[in-house]
Amino acid sequence: MPVMTMLDALNDALHIAMEKDDDVVMLGEDIGKKGGVFGTTAGLHEKYGDMRVMDTPLSECGIIGAAVGMAVYGIRPVPEIQFQDFIFPGFDQIVSEMAKMRYRSGGQYTCPMVVRTPSGGGIRGGHYHSQSGEAYFAHTPGLRVIMPSTPREAKGLLLASIFSDDPVIFLEPKALYRHSKEEVEEGYFTVDMDTARVAREGKDLTIVTWGAMLPIVEGAAAEAAENGIDCEILDMRSMLPWDANTVIESVKKTSRCIAVQEAPRTCSFASEIAATVAEKCIDSLEAPVARVSGFDTPFPYTLEHIYKPDKKRVLGAIEYTANWE
Amino acid sequence: MGKTVAGKKKASTRKPGKMPDPYEVGPLGLFRLVDEGGKEVAPVPELPDGLGVRLLEAMLFQRALDQRMLNLQRQGRIGFYGTAKGQEGATLGSGAAFEAHDWLFPALREGAVALWRGMPLEQYISQCFGNEVDLTHGRQMPCHYSDRESHYVSLSSPIGTQISHACGAARAIQVKGRDDQIVGGYLGDGATSSNDFHAGMNFSGVWKSPIVYICQNNQWAISVPAAAQTASETFAIKAEAYGMPGLRVDGNDVLACYVATKMAADRARNGDGPTFIECLTFRLGGHSSSDDPTKYRDESIAQEWEQRDPLERHRKWLVARGEWTDEQQEEFLAEAGKKITDAINVVEVGGPVDPATLFTDVWAEKPAMLTDQEDRLANEKPV
Repeated sequence: MPVMTMLDALNDALHIAMEKDDDVVMLGEDIGKKGGVFGTTAGLHEKYGDMRVMDTPLSECGIIGAAVGMAVYGIRPVPEIQFQDFIFPGFDQIVSEMAKMRYRSGGQYTCPMVVRTPSGGGIRGGHYHSQSGEAYFAHTPGLRVIMPSTPREAKGLLLASIFSDDPVIFLEPKALYRHSKEEVEEGYFTVDMDTARVAREGKDLTIVTWGAMLPIVEGAAAEAAENGIDCEILDMRSMLPWDANTVIESVKKTSRCIAVQEAPRTCSFASEIAATVAEKCIDSLEAPVARVSGFDTPFPYTLEHIYKPDKKRVLGAIEYTANWE
Repeated sequence: MGKTVAGKKKASTRKPGKMPDPYEVGPLGLFRLVDEGGKEVAPVPELPDGLGVRLLEAMLFQRALDQRMLNLQRQGRIGFYGTAKGQEGATLGSGAAFEAHDWLFPALREGAVALWRGMPLEQYISQCFGNEVDLTHGRQMPCHYSDRESHYVSLSSPIGTQISHACGAARAIQVKGRDDQIVGGYLGDGATSSNDFHAGMNFSGVWKSPIVYICQNNQWAISVPAAAQTASETFAIKAEAYGMPGLRVDGNDVLACYVATKMAADRARNGDGPTFIECLTFRLGGHSSSDDPTKYRDESIAQEWEQRDPLERHRKWLVARGEWTDEQQEEFLAEAGKKITDAINVVEVGGPVDPATLFTDVWAEKPAMLTDQEDRLANEKPV
């Protein structure tokens, strides 16, 4: 099996999807000859031309709105929003149109499309190239909200998203684009979007996380293991719909739970995890559910390293929660 | 915009000769074939067999249907309604120019076009009742029709969003190489101020989309008059900045609307790109059943526009040609009234929507989290 970075794996998935189905088209800013600002769409324009790989005018509202029209008509658009921070001009299209088309038409019209967008910190991009907006989308019934955590997961989840009949917000953890590598199967395969993945089995404590926080959590868990704390790590994959059962089963086993995210704390997906665990696992819990997160501040430029949860903060939460009596 | 909006400027008064080309009349003129008295001011080209009568019948039917539906709302039998009163010419004249296999992305007042394209009357009425007969399960307010069969796409309430969808569907047609198919995109005057107007018009210009945009300038966005909506001289002129022709048509002249839209549709089908058509008309009623226009507009203007009624104008034209009589009209209206009553009776006996439909069609398949919530509701679990 070839070793791929997450970028390689995403690019591979896009090539496979376009090869597999002529109805798959890409549109976005700088995705054609340039191949995207991160290179995710490299080689696609060369192979498939202007009609299937479209460099569009600079309008996120137009990119997502046009993609909705394409999807309603019956093809499978995969629009790219250059940074998740720039998605908001298209937010009305996502919330009012893309998410509700199936429901409001009684299933007469559907909207199978995938909005791909780089998310989170990691490139010293300041406020507008770094935010983690998953909670905005997870609050919108009708959407699927996906964030992969490894190259293999990225490829399989992207292929599953493109050939799903639901509209998907596919958040790519840009911090992992080049920094995560692993062996990835060649050719077409999908990863189950509906089930959270047990990334590490353990018996003492459950850590729930997703996206770019996974390698940080794995590092902290490895160090905690040396101190005799055996962490179970759940990689959520999907934040809407989300797999509460896997979380509940794990916490019933370990009795302790931490949710780790890069996003701001208040009204976040980590908060949803904490609320659900509190509701469903009260008889098993031996410690308060903890959240490790970004702060309720705008994402900073020079202080990014303090804002984002790192191994030390996660390890602190592990020790606090594991030792709670 | 002043005089232009009121439709007093540059209306063609030429004697019959050669029909003016609406593309030459352009975005600052006003393309018209028949005047308020039903007289031809320019020769009307040969229409498909029986189209003239069918258009009158459809307009009469819509006027009668709107009045009945508004009455139902006033009686508390449906929750909301918005009529197309005064705009039937712009709605149906443009709508009739599309082919059955074309795709339409409507705004609020194009329900008549759905019926024209074959959506059953019971479906129209059941959407307004929102009961178990409604194919969309009472999920939207009345007047938000959706019909798969006729490619009449489900509309939402946010203004202008359908403009980008129309543009995207037209792009999909290009991707699929369906050169027989085009898209119609409807909007009102208020929607020209929306983000999606700029985005959709711009993308359509760049992509040379097979599309005809129909802007029903009824001169009112709820209470805001057209002159407060834009400083452009007309709405049609905006199209030029996007690299597409803008036509301005007398929206109360159903034949002018038909002919201009047909020309634009042929042009789009031939691969010659998009056209934007402003149909100058007037909303005779309120924005909806929730609106009282006497609060913000001088109703003498509405009375003035009643004299330009598209139905009466077209009726006179047909009568003068010997294609329609008072007896026919009487008979048609009696029959229409009966059809509407019958359809209402069929629909209204329907029970309330099944609560189970609250949880369907959110995603392609119902996820565990929704099954869990449905179970909690059905079994009255406290948490």
